[in-house]
Amino acid sequence: MSDVTPGGDQGSALTPPAGAATFEVVEVKKGMFGAHGSGDTSGYGGLVTPVAMPAASARPYGSWFDQVVDVLSEVLTDGGVAPDQAIEKVVVDLHGAASADAQQAELTITVAREHLVAVCQALRDDQDLRFELSLGVSGVHYPHDAGRELHAVYHLASITHSRRLRLEVATSDDDPHIPSTTSVYPSNDWHERETYDFFGIVFDGHPALTRIEMPDDWVGHPQRKDYPLGGIPVEYKGATVPPPDTRRSY
Amino acid sequence: MSAPAPHATRPAGNEDMSSTVRAFEAYGDGDWDDIAREAIGEERIVVNMGPQHPSTHGVLRLMLEIDGETVTEARAGIGYLHTGIEKNMEYRTWTQGTTFCTRMDYVAPLFQEAAYCLAVEKLLGITDDIPERASVIRVLMMELNRISSHLVCLGTGGNEMGATTVMTVGFTAREEILRLFEAVTGLRMNHAYIRPGGVAVDTPEGFTTQAREALTKVRGYLKQLTDLMLANPIFKARLTDVGVLNLSGCMALAITGPVLRSTGLPYDVRKDNPYCGYETYDFDVPTAKGADCYDRVVLRVEECYQSLRIVEQALKRLDHTEGEPVMVADKKIAWPAQLAVGGDGQGNSLEHIKKIMGTSMEALIHHFKLVTEGFRVPVGQAWQTVEHPRGELGVHVVSDGGTRPYRAHFRDPSFNNLQGVSVMCEGGQVADVVVAVASLDPVLGGVDR
Repeated sequence: MSDVTPGGDQGSALTPPAGAATFEVVEVKKGMFGAHGSGDTSGYGGLVTPVAMPAASARPYGSWFDQVVDVLSEVLTDGGVAPDQAIEKVVVDLHGAASADAQQAELTITVAREHLVAVCQALRDDQDLRFELSLGVSGVHYPHDAGRELHAVYHLASITHSRRLRLEVATSDDDPHIPSTTSVYPSNDWHERETYDFFGIVFDGHPALTRIEMPDDWVGHPQRKDYPLGGIPVEYKGATVPPPDTRRSY
Repeated sequence: MSAPAPHATRPAGNEDMSSTVRAFEAYGDGDWDDIAREAIGEERIVVNMGPQHPSTHGVLRLMLEIDGETVTEARAGIGYLHTGIEKNMEYRTWTQGTTFCTRMDYVAPLFQEAAYCLAVEKLLGITDDIPERASVIRVLMMELNRISSHLVCLGTGGNEMGATTVMTVGFTAREEILRLFEAVTGLRMNHAYIRPGGVAVDTPEGFTTQAREALTKVRGYLKQLTDLMLANPIFKARLTDVGVLNLSGCMALAITGPVLRSTGLPYDVRKDNPYCGYETYDFDVPTAKGADCYDRVVLRVEECYQSLRIVEQALKRLDHTEGEPVMVADKKIAWPAQLAVGGDGQGNSLEHIKKIMGTSMEALIHHFKLVTEGFRVPVGQAWQTVEHPRGELGVHVVSDGGTRPYRAHFRDPSFNNLQGVSVMCEGGQVADVVVAVASLDPVLGGVDR
């Protein structure tokens, strides 16, 4: 993970979403069209574009976000966990809205994996938080986010307070372990199996971490970026349409 | 060609692993054989129900341990319809994504489209720019789809208990709604109608009249279904106190939708976290107390009536917004939205073709770039949930700033709700398994994606 200031020496034309000061580079794109070895004469072949996720937002986050982060820190401290170590960063995505009060604003809390279960427990049980409903686990593979290639993303909902937030946990390709949250949210059982199946993230403490969508004897984890989509060229009216993963990408 | 292209069934660079992989066979001394042999000589038997059983809503596999007629253990096995839609979406443009996600839960395709488009619009930061008429059409289509989906649930649920008339009435009513879909989107399913920025095309002329006529018929069929089912002593005997799952069970397993509402909790995303302007419509969230299969049927019927209420309000708004745009004004995002069926049977906008081919070279280039390359979406991630007929549908999209989704994940309600099969079936009769699964209303296209 490295931080880049917008407009800095990377020459990036990207602008960070409102509220975010810096970038977290997750990918580096080269060239203009994503195609290589075709004798690109456009002059854009040497283009290097860093792709960076919005980095930590600054206080105040706005809306109820400050309160939730404060209460969470308090509950974690009471439980003997240092909040600075458990909460790696807090990101507020405004998604085009003027303020965090808008419907589309989202709160993301990045959590250190060793404190994930404690954070979930606090979010579920404290009366000011009450995120009772876990809406599953989604994995994302960022092969260029060195040391933090695999992300598990949890979406929680509070029916009591009508709130939603996102937890994000990162781990590396070499040590793809994240503690299972099934003890707090039993519903994550199948979702963690799915994320294991597709990304190879091992959820320690899961009651039966087996493949769920792919056959039991399948090799590889299909949603990872290094896993090919596969496909064959298709002939249509005399022309050949290449498989989607070999087409240009922008 | 130099090196052979890596095949999808094996990861690249791991060619030697294929020889070390354990093989599983469908006959002979497989692991299933061991389980079956273990149970010989006892009353207890282990039965595979599905994946081809007619009452499993497609290809759901239920593994039941049976002691006489009692189910002592039940497990659901899924994955038979996994087609890698989420992976495929990473290789198409953001607009093409709707064509893929509509195929997930094929009984309620418009909900996946709407949730996906709302998530993409969040990332684009254009949530507030969606034209009023586009949102009204989205609401209208989703509510019509909710009715048609519930009708399939009620119809097939009745059919599985031997009540064929329930199915024929249900499907006849659904037919009326599918005709409306065909009039608007051109297709009965797999619409790809809702697009990032709005909808693909405005409703055809005379649509509101056609819809109102159809809805009168749907109301009649719903009445027939109600008369057939809700007071029928056989129906009540089969469903009452079967497949019970209480509130804490539902919350622990994150089961949402009619199953959660049958426990008495009025949780509905349309009220809790409104989207597409649902807060401006007048409707109720029906709940029940019994938490059993019968209550879920009652709730689904009641939800159909509530959806009809919303549809009527939406139709009124359609009349008021006649001629207003159905796509965002930003031409960098909006595909040409006024399509027409041409003489060649293709759905192109002849006026648009005339303009780009005849008058403006720049417009032609722009059109070509927009359609082949697509539009760029700012870096970041977004999450959007909508109230699907089966529960809360969530979409998580991640963008790397390119013209394709970096990751698109769908939290399908059927996938999550199937976790409840074991708790709902264990201790009951074998015949109750069919009823309990039908009350969850899983659609395996959505479960496996």
